[in-house]
Amino acid sequence: MKVRALLGLLAGLALLLAGCGGSSGSADTGGSSAAAAPRTLTVLAAASLTETFNAMKARFETDNPGVTVRISYGGSSDLASQIVNGAPADVFAAASDATMKTVTDKNLTAAAPRIFATNVLQIATQPGNPEGIASFADLAEPDLKVVVCAPQVPCGAAEQKIETATGVTLTPASQETDVKSVLGKVSSGNADAGLVYVTDVTAAKGSVQGVTFPEAQQAVTNYPIAVVKNAPQAGLAQKWIDMVTGEFGQKTLDAAGFGAEK
Amino acid sequence: MSVTDDVPQAPQAERTRDRRHERDVALPRWMWVPAVVAFLVIALPVLGLLLEADWARMPELLTSEAALAALRLSLETAAASTVLCILLGGPLAAVLARGRMRGLRTLRSVVLLPLVLPPVVGGLALLYLVGARGLVGEALNLGFGITIPFTTAAVVIAQTFVAMPFLVVSLEGALRTAGERYEAVAATLGASPALTFRRVTVPLVLPGLMSGTVLAFARCLGEFGATITFAGNLQGTTQTLPLLVYIQRETDDAGAIALSLLLVVVAILVIAFARPRTTEGIR
Repeated sequence: MKVRALLGLLAGLALLLAGCGGSSGSADTGGSSAAAAPRTLTVLAAASLTETFNAMKARFETDNPGVTVRISYGGSSDLASQIVNGAPADVFAAASDATMKTVTDKNLTAAAPRIFATNVLQIATQPGNPEGIASFADLAEPDLKVVVCAPQVPCGAAEQKIETATGVTLTPASQETDVKSVLGKVSSGNADAGLVYVTDVTAAKGSVQGVTFPEAQQAVTNYPIAVVKNAPQAGLAQKWIDMVTGEFGQKTLDAAGFGAEK
Repeated sequence: MSVTDDVPQAPQAERTRDRRHERDVALPRWMWVPAVVAFLVIALPVLGLLLEADWARMPELLTSEAALAALRLSLETAAASTVLCILLGGPLAAVLARGRMRGLRTLRSVVLLPLVLPPVVGGLALLYLVGARGLVGEALNLGFGITIPFTTAAVVIAQTFVAMPFLVVSLEGALRTAGERYEAVAATLGASPALTFRRVTVPLVLPGLMSGTVLAFARCLGEFGATITFAGNLQGTTQTLPLLVYIQRETDDAGAIALSLLLVVVAILVIAFARPRTTEGIR
């Protein structure tokens, strides 16, 4: 009786472990592309690329039958530490040079990264800009509830750079952990203004209003992309990068508000 | 002890009986295997933290202005939230355990929701309710000029939300186990409800209340998701230790690990000091 209970328990445990392990690798390879040898391209991309990379994924899968593109979106530094810790990936697209550097420092890219887009900060205000915010200096107004990114994340680092360049010091109500949280605090009406990327304002589709300010050019954020070293699908990875840097990719990025490749 | 008390027997017989009794309640041996696995599932990751820690930089990392501010804020808000949990959750547990009205089952499942909801969703829910455009938030702002998000009060509200079920569930269980016999006896002896509550009910459920309090405090201390979505992140005002750990990790793994270990030490101290005396000591 006891033995049977123990065996049952162990079998259950084994099944559980097998389930956990299997899901990461083989789950996505099946499906529609059963004809040719199905291949899966794994792309790790900064969260701000979600809309554009999803559009490119659809195109890439049409152009390359039998290929499934699996994109993992996340904070750039999260993704970088995943690669450093051995997560299987083919392409890494980061939202800052610094996060790409943590990967290149460990020699974990197949070739030198290439900048495929740029982004600049913009002020996000309530629709209609009721507070009449027109410049970066206006954000220092003590009555305004301004939300920015924490200096440890790229959007916050860019904001600090602008503060240094302009000599304007902001007293934010909160330093959020990522740019989408800043956007959310503004679009939900809890903050009067926030500093986000121009692409976030585009993606917000009218729930916030963007105010461009010239000092944003002091802190242009680069988006580097590279094939990961020992990528299981190195050929497909290069093809993906060719698409991102090619005409279709650049047009998609431009429509979302990104700056051109350098 | 109580088993043998009411059966008068020779000392020798009593001893053998005691020993046999002990052997009867011993654990089945196979149970050690999953028990050890369970312990390792919890302990090994913490060991991983210890191995990865940069001990040389530890003093400098732990005494930074941001770390001290976050530690202080964490302890203060967790204490305030725990007090709120006791003051509000205690009576709620009593109602759930002793109430006679319909719909208590539904009420209980609502109370458990914060355990199921991802904390981030809890934070969003609070933001929709108490935020600038929320039902309560708008009224507070118009009526009293109070805004909750981005304040320390928001941290306490978020922690109370996620920790309340831990206290309620522990205390309700204790109240049910204790039953109502002793209170009924006290009442027949002429004790008022207030006296019965103070002298009979509270001492009976004290272990359950204490373990619920420790669980709630520990949950408050580790709270992250609801705080970040509802309260924001600003040193000295809303940046608790878990938030600082998260943001530190963006640039400095060693710093994040040091701060996590600080959190682990605080949690162990709290549990070690509060738990044995209450839950394991009094039986």
